[in-house]
Amino acid sequence: MTTRAVIEAKALTLSYGSHLIQQNLNFTIEKGDIFVVMGGSGCGKSTLLKHMIGLYQPASGEILFHGKNYFHASEKEQLAMQQQWGVTYQGGALFSDKTIAENVALPLEQYTQLNRKERSELISYKLSLVGLAGFENYYPSQISGGMCKRAGLARAIALDPEILFFDEPSAGLDPLSARRLDELILQLRDSTEATVVIVTHELASIFAIGSNGVFLDAATKTQLDCGSPQQLLNNSSSQVVRAFLSRGDYIGEGAQA
Amino acid sequence: MNQATFSLNVTAVSTLEVTLHGGWLMQNSLPTHQPLKSVLVDYQISAVIFKASNHFQWDSKLMAWLLECQRHLAAISDAQFDFHYLPVEISELWQLANAVTPNVETPPIKNLQQQLLDKLEHIGDSVLNNLAFIGGLCIAFYHWAIGKGSARWADIMTLCHQSGPQALPIITLQSVLVGMILAYLGVVQLKQFGAEVYVSDLVALGMVREMGALMTAIVMSGRTGAAYAAQLGTMQVNEEIDALTTLGIKPMDYLIVPRTLALLITIPLLSLYSNILGMIGGGLVATGMNITWRMYLFQIQEAITFSDIATGLFKSLIFAALIAIAGCRAGLACGRSSAAVGQATTNAVVAAIIYLVVADAALNIIYYHLGI
Repeated sequence: MTTRAVIEAKALTLSYGSHLIQQNLNFTIEKGDIFVVMGGSGCGKSTLLKHMIGLYQPASGEILFHGKNYFHASEKEQLAMQQQWGVTYQGGALFSDKTIAENVALPLEQYTQLNRKERSELISYKLSLVGLAGFENYYPSQISGGMCKRAGLARAIALDPEILFFDEPSAGLDPLSARRLDELILQLRDSTEATVVIVTHELASIFAIGSNGVFLDAATKTQLDCGSPQQLLNNSSSQVVRAFLSRGDYIGEGAQA
Repeated sequence: MNQATFSLNVTAVSTLEVTLHGGWLMQNSLPTHQPLKSVLVDYQISAVIFKASNHFQWDSKLMAWLLECQRHLAAISDAQFDFHYLPVEISELWQLANAVTPNVETPPIKNLQQQLLDKLEHIGDSVLNNLAFIGGLCIAFYHWAIGKGSARWADIMTLCHQSGPQALPIITLQSVLVGMILAYLGVVQLKQFGAEVYVSDLVALGMVREMGALMTAIVMSGRTGAAYAAQLGTMQVNEEIDALTTLGIKPMDYLIVPRTLALLITIPLLSLYSNILGMIGGGLVATGMNITWRMYLFQIQEAITFSDIATGLFKSLIFAALIAIAGCRAGLACGRSSAAVGQATTNAVVAAIIYLVVADAALNIIYYHLGI
């Protein structure tokens, strides 16, 4: 696999108006990575994700996708970039007045010239990938929360995106469902060669699937370290990072921080 | 682009080889399953082996085609698919897609008769629920009156501000125009008898007894009643109302009583304001037609009595309660989705306007028989 940077963040500063969230973030996400954005509650993980998917503009610095800045691109290029992204939201963010199939169909109707039959075949395939075969005609209110999340994932992968973004994929799921979702993410990454960016604070998920990551800190408002979760646990120079990744077991050992 | 095709080859040992050629991609249209199907019908096939020619490309479209193929063939043959000769990702995705057996149940669909019965049942339920709501509201008001409710004056004041002073511009516009309309209506008729000066009687009585209260109520049902429904509906969607309940705070006491009170305070005041503005609007028309302001105002003074004003005020109190009930009831009964909030808002306005018209008619009949 060629290691090529898919996303690069350079001297990134995030803020809501004058309220600073994070500053001086630098990291690189390579093709095939499962990149985990880690950090405690309220440190700006989801904010970082929303900046990456172009919902908010960075206060300074830039985020590059294959060397291109989303906010400097023309409208046409932006649309092309958005089609390369699949985003799943915390609660699934399914359109509640549409059936599951209609939800998945929306990006297909918008961006492809498939006819009705081809579209429904593709929808069935995407739904069966996330284990929801046969649920085409259900409304989001008729299925469980975990199924809503998987349906959201089916919608995100409808256009075979190059990068998949997940906001807290396992939040609100029982451990078994969370694990199945993690496995699903891994399998999808392996078979579609997508790059995955995940925001989470679930330690189990972080270690199970993360191959690279960045750790954001709420106190200093910047990144404390980046690298693979396992490596950060063992060798991070920051005590806060090791404490977080070991659920506090590291506190007291070594005083460099 | 190179077209997607496949060729079939039945080998001796009851296996079928399917060789895929060309680009099996999103932008291409794919061949039908028919040839494959007929081979499977004609021969005893136990395994279908997929192979790829040199210029083979694929994406999700191929996978969708394969799954569809499997669904079609399941009925006529139990042949197994073999993807060994295809790229490894295809068999991985295939396994993933078949990891969970498809759900065979269908979501409940109702026939026409059931739908009608449900509708009727629904109407019955909603009548009962409305009565329950009104009963609950009365109890909540009783609690509030004896000082046991959880409605806070700060909330009530904020809500009064939203539904009172902030509504003044639209009430002003509406009242002046209604006054002018009444005046024009009257002038044209009264001119035939040379009794133009009585236009002030018509405007004053029309506004005070009827239009002031009714038009204000209709504007407020669209403005504030709908806002209440949308706000409470969104709270229902966000489980905020559940949170209140589990905190031991009754939504009826904490949310509905302040809103109802706010409307009971502001709508009568707005109606009074509307009466005055309406008479001014009528005066603008009348003074343009040989009637002086002095004559106009004198006639008004003669025309309306305290009981006229009281009947209008009483109406507006009833209207205020009805708007609050329609808005809050629709908000609390809201479902748990974004579409439901829109539905709740619609319900609130429609119900409020129906209540208003019916109540207005009923009150007018009562006033007539009581001779006030």
